[in-house]
Amino acid sequence: MYRFKTDLKWSDVTPRADFLNRRQVLAAAGAAALVRPAMAQETGLEPNTFEEITSYNNFYEFGTGKDDPKKNAGSLTTDPWAIVVDGLVERPGTYDLADIMAGKDIEERIYRFRCVEAWSMVIPWNGFQLSALLDQVGVQPGARYVAFETLVRPEEMPGQNYPILDWPYVEGLRLDEAMHPLTLMATGIYGEPMPNQNGAPIRLVVPWKYGFKSIKSIVRISLTEDEPPATWNIQNPREYGFYSNVNPEVDHPRWSQATERKIGGGLFSKRQETLMFNGYADEVAGLYTDMDLTKFF
Amino acid sequence: MVAQAINGALRRVPAWPLYPLGMLPAVWLWYLGLTGGLGVEPIKALEHELGKLALQLLIAGLCITPLRRFTGINLIRYRRAIGLLAFFYVLMHLLVWLILDVGILSQIWADILKRPYVTIGMVGFLAMVPLALTSNNWSLRKLGPVRWRRLHWLTYVAAIAGAVHYMWLVKSWPLEPILYCLAVAVVLGLRLLPQRRRAPVRASDSPA
Repeated sequence: MYRFKTDLKWSDVTPRADFLNRRQVLAAAGAAALVRPAMAQETGLEPNTFEEITSYNNFYEFGTGKDDPKKNAGSLTTDPWAIVVDGLVERPGTYDLADIMAGKDIEERIYRFRCVEAWSMVIPWNGFQLSALLDQVGVQPGARYVAFETLVRPEEMPGQNYPILDWPYVEGLRLDEAMHPLTLMATGIYGEPMPNQNGAPIRLVVPWKYGFKSIKSIVRISLTEDEPPATWNIQNPREYGFYSNVNPEVDHPRWSQATERKIGGGLFSKRQETLMFNGYADEVAGLYTDMDLTKFF
Repeated sequence: MVAQAINGALRRVPAWPLYPLGMLPAVWLWYLGLTGGLGVEPIKALEHELGKLALQLLIAGLCITPLRRFTGINLIRYRRAIGLLAFFYVLMHLLVWLILDVGILSQIWADILKRPYVTIGMVGFLAMVPLALTSNNWSLRKLGPVRWRRLHWLTYVAAIAGAVHYMWLVKSWPLEPILYCLAVAVVLGLRLLPQRRRAPVRASDSPA
């Protein structure tokens, strides 16, 4: 089986002590530190700091503000945790998180992350390929899609007390997308256990799609024959399609997707051009040949 | 009367300190933005805070007439300062968007023409330009009170445009922009309530 090999290595990443301290270093260096080192800007692939990744989140279960998840997610209980696996699978059942993690090769994957709101980050995830989990539970021949569901627990997820979205948050992938070696089940960031505000204890990461496809705090995975519902698509089908591939040529009806701003550059950071499939065209463009991407957006 | 007492007390409070006081939030926001106090995405934070302050000032300015009508409290002396501050914040909001947020000339034009929420935001800003330019005694004299007041009805356009602009740029239906829309609807709606006219003295009423 083809396994994705990342072109970024840990040597590209700031050591842990440094990423935790970078803010203090920046502050000490004064105004000059408002811009990142020139070398990092050229590659555009300097990973975001742990603080940036964990303090600017869209996780409406904890509120719609970018800082709400960090403020409110502390109350989430992530242990015990189990995932119901059902639908067109050989071995359906309720899998404890430990059973899911057992025997999985936890890798470090440094991925670009592009939000539909035109901001981006570079995130060093830890996790395993979703394909490994699907192999574990056994996909039946008739299955064509994978559906995911987030936890509903309003007493711990205050945002769920408001009808801002149709809870539970649900997402879906075509089976070939789900089996793609880039598609990750992430359980950590920077070698730390997944922070609650980032979708603890286990979440999906599909780096060539807009961030909202990468559903968090997953409690259910179902194999289906038909295209499963997806929360933002339900909320506004004109604006958010089922595929939601990052595509600088197909604008959101209300804003441009041609450019993005990487988080962490301070008050004077410039926008950068958004890449087709978020820079993963070589790996995934083949999944969508003969598809009109303006129609299947 | 409470209203009379308030009006009497305010007679000794000049309007000019509102200008420096009203600038303080802007100074504070820029300070926070430059020192990391606005979080990891300071451009959006600054842009949004400036925009919300502008809307708050617009709504505050639109409260003055209904406040006088329904309570008798007269703050009309402070309205010019509030209005000019609102313009100042809208202008800064626009400049942050133009220079710090987008910064790409071709995309700025495309956004203004193609993005309804940007278009309506620009409409609101343009509506406020003549208001800011005529917020001085010379213009008031030159235009005359009737024409001046009619021109300044553009404030209604600016407030509606601002609220719609905010509602239009968010995803889903979060509470905050809804509250701003409601506030604008209330301060404008109060103006639609029928005025109780003083009964005119008619010839037939007078004793023959």
